[in-house]
Amino acid sequence: MAVQNTAMAEEVKLFGAWGSPYSRRVEMALELKGVPFEYIEENVSDDKLKSPSLLKYNPIHKKVPVLQHNGKPILESQIILEYIDETWKSNPILLQDPHERAMARFWAKFIEEKCMPPVWKALLGSRDERGKAMEEVRECLKTLESVLNGKNFFGGETIGLLDIAANFIAFWLRVIQEVSGLEFLTAEECPLLIKWCDRANAIAEHLPVECMPALWKAGWIPAENEREKAVEEACECLKTLDSALNGRRFFEKDTVGFVDMSA
Amino acid sequence: MAKEVKLFGMWASPFSRRVELALKLKGIPYEYIEEDLSNKGPSLLKYNPIHKKVPLLVHEEKPVAESLVILEYLDETWKHNPILPQDPYERAMARFWGKFIDEKLLPTSAKVGLSKGKEEQEQAMEEVHDQLKILENELKGKEFFSGNSIGYLDVVANILFWFRTEEEVGGLKVLSTEKFPMICEWIEKLIKIDVVNECRIPKEKYDDYVKLRQKASKSASS
Repeated sequence: MAVQNTAMAEEVKLFGAWGSPYSRRVEMALELKGVPFEYIEENVSDDKLKSPSLLKYNPIHKKVPVLQHNGKPILESQIILEYIDETWKSNPILLQDPHERAMARFWAKFIEEKCMPPVWKALLGSRDERGKAMEEVRECLKTLESVLNGKNFFGGETIGLLDIAANFIAFWLRVIQEVSGLEFLTAEECPLLIKWCDRANAIAEHLPVECMPALWKAGWIPAENEREKAVEEACECLKTLDSALNGRRFFEKDTVGFVDMSA
Repeated sequence: MAKEVKLFGMWASPFSRRVELALKLKGIPYEYIEEDLSNKGPSLLKYNPIHKKVPLLVHEEKPVAESLVILEYLDETWKHNPILPQDPYERAMARFWGKFIDEKLLPTSAKVGLSKGKEEQEQAMEEVHDQLKILENELKGKEFFSGNSIGYLDVVANILFWFRTEEEVGGLKVLSTEKFPMICEWIEKLIKIDVVNECRIPKEKYDDYVKLRQKASKSASS
């Protein structure tokens, strides 16, 4: 069912943040289904800098992404993905079979609850926590390698809910690896998952990879003496990215805030 | 669909009870297997190797884990007596509040039990109250969380039965009728429904169970 261009056109707005994997998930789903939408970039580094619309639509969590469809707000990336699939039927991201759907939901939850938190711990935790966290991440990735089970995508032949939910692994994890030097995802342990990352990244449009490390360094790992240089590099990157990103606004600040990512 | 449905559960787990409630509401026949969580059976470990937890539903030998995932599976497999609404926006809202209960309210209330000292406990209680206020608001103008009849969100909100009405923790009322009249009224309405009552955790048995667990953790740490 194609999106119809009727007199009463559908209003679809996405409040997002370019550095947030949760926000990117929703963009991916809308793009996959060919749903036209208006994108509003939010400054998530500080509640006071968030737009009044965001705070009105998501007063409880005050986070991105928020999808607004014909005036009604939908929150939480996984919930938004299901809403999108139920509302726009082209290119379904969930399979029809209830058990397959349950598995996709189960593994999406697994990624959020088991895989993502230890990545942050491995980066930012105390010395004792870091080693254990690395192990946890590696075990999660090995599990996902077996879930993939030789398929092209988690969704089978085409991208599905789980591929979208795993965008953190496809893109952000590689950036984090480059910035931190920590080797979460290796070809020895997860050869199929690495190939999947390449496939997933080729389909989903992302920010140029070469800029992300500079931006992450500025926001995440600010050892005092390196900070100024990192911020300078980041600002240079932002200037060159500006035109490549179709006129999306970037906030003119000396830091890029990733800390307050959405739920 | 006269195929085999098994539920591995535990009587004191509200997550397990949720699934039982959904199965009963939808009239799905099932075999219940009580798990001793201190000595998990080989079937449970085989079907849920990742989390090794209850509840676990096994349908036609295929396992489904995580209570919220199970609820959706039940609704998609057995279409009669749906527990989720039909409209996509209403479904999104039900899922949102379900997530709020599991990912915000539950961990916050766990903090109350884990608090050390009165000040920490009071702060944790205040957070619980703030979140309960938000939920209370969701009942405005409705018979049940799901509208005129009980549904997904009422099933997920079963954990509110745990917050026993008027009970005190360290001199503070958890769920007073004064502060949360609508939630308390909702509880009263719900426990009059037979199937809901069947899926409640019996209070005295639960209190004994909690005492035993506290004892066990104390002796384990000493």
